[in-house]
Amino acid sequence: MSFIEVDDIWKTYGGNVVLERVKTKVQAGEFITIVGTSGCGKTTFLKMLLGTEFPTRGKILMNGKPIPQEPGADRGIVFQKYSVFPHLTALQNLLLAKELEQSRFIAHLFGAARRQAEALAREMLSMVGLQHAAHQYPHELSGGMQQRLAIAQALMKQPKILLLDEPFGALDPGIRADMHELILKIWNKTKINIFMITHDLKEGFYLGTRLWVFDKIRHDAQAPNAYGATITYDIPVDKCDKSTLNGIDQSLAQSRKEHAA
Amino acid sequence: MKRVMNIHPGTVGKVLLGMLPFILTIIVYLWASGARLEANPNDKLTPSFATIGDAIERMAFEPSKRTGDYELWSDTTASLQRLLLGVLIAALLGLVVGILNGALPLVRANLSPYITTLSLIPPMAILPILFIIFGLGELSKVMLIVIGITPFIMRDLQARTMELPAEQLIKAQTLGASTWQVILRVIMPQILPRLIQGVRLSLGPAWLFLIAAEAIAAEQGLGYRIFLVRRYLSMDVILPYVVWITFLAFLTDWVLRQISYRAFPWFHGQMRDKS
Repeated sequence: MSFIEVDDIWKTYGGNVVLERVKTKVQAGEFITIVGTSGCGKTTFLKMLLGTEFPTRGKILMNGKPIPQEPGADRGIVFQKYSVFPHLTALQNLLLAKELEQSRFIAHLFGAARRQAEALAREMLSMVGLQHAAHQYPHELSGGMQQRLAIAQALMKQPKILLLDEPFGALDPGIRADMHELILKIWNKTKINIFMITHDLKEGFYLGTRLWVFDKIRHDAQAPNAYGATITYDIPVDKCDKSTLNGIDQSLAQSRKEHAA
Repeated sequence: MKRVMNIHPGTVGKVLLGMLPFILTIIVYLWASGARLEANPNDKLTPSFATIGDAIERMAFEPSKRTGDYELWSDTTASLQRLLLGVLIAALLGLVVGILNGALPLVRANLSPYITTLSLIPPMAILPILFIIFGLGELSKVMLIVIGITPFIMRDLQARTMELPAEQLIKAQTLGASTWQVILRVIMPQILPRLIQGVRLSLGPAWLFLIAAEAIAAEQGLGYRIFLVRRYLSMDVILPYVVWITFLAFLTDWVLRQISYRAFPWFHGQMRDKS
């Protein structure tokens, strides 16, 4: 049985079809990168995995069971921004996951339990290279450091799936390369399932084991919203060559043009 | 020559410019007072600083012949007690209801229209009702302050709660947080500095309601005293009392701001980054 099964889902808002006939299967441990023009429904798809949006038709199964209709600890998320809590220091941000888990009513840990949780949090901090920033608040950290913290925080609960919604979109190219290294290191170590949305096709090829392109197959110039997007390319990244990359690039450029027209 | 909008005063210039209106006000007062007293030495409307000084001496440092109290201080304690109690109750109610309204769509659907309606009732219009229900004692004055400022704080904090990025609330849920835990660890700590801001904004109206209530029925209090001595045209008492009230208002605001800076450094750091 596959880990995740997407069974013919559609998503419509009134008369606007956002996604149509999305069918796919994902095995445990895959690192899937998702590209597509803006408004093509890739974020909607990610939100369905997260549990904040629901398919209009069809269903998404995880281990044979429907994905719960609210966010949960088995699916971690890193957004482009606002992912960490501004009122907690870096260490407290990580500690929070353990405090929520072990202290149901006051959500604070003391004594030995706290020291134990803190040791774990510090270990996580140094994995993402933030050990020196333990007592700094997010606003004192750079954008890249904030995203490192957000990733570490998402991993504290050891989720089965890590969802990344353009996590490096706002970062400088140099910092982005560091982040790529970090995310590959984490994936190699944990073999967690990663779904990552990116604007950058090259990033998608470099990082993932499998690349999805969301795009519309059918177009109606009179009613641009009558048809939704679906997965138009689904390719294992290691089997990919230059010409495939150019092909995808061209088809995306084409649909961007139609989108703008 | 630079455009005026681009000229910034230096540090000294800023202080001098800030002082200027105060100094001008004092000069204008002294001039008017001098002119009037010259025409009529018994004039009561614009007493000289010496007369005001005597009044302060009498109110603050000599026991009253009638009650034996030092009236300025007993008035101040009475007023501050009412004000602080009223503001404290309003802040607690505002915090709880504001957060619940902002965080839980079920509660919001239930309470938000009601609170919006209540907030439109002019509190002074129901002061007689408060006197009838709670009597003329302390309770009715505290209640007027509570009724006057609570709806504003509730609505303000509801809006602030709803402004928190949805990403944060989702993130907390992916860390396994329950509704209660999200409120306790994510929403409330971020709303507390907003509460202090809301209370600072509410202090003006709170003083207004306090003095109005004291003016109508009280035996002590800063507002009571001002309205009492009005009968004798005692501007020499009214003026220092007004200055004293202004100073107390300034002091409470300053203390609240300091508390906020100390307790929520992340909040003020964030604000600075945005501006």
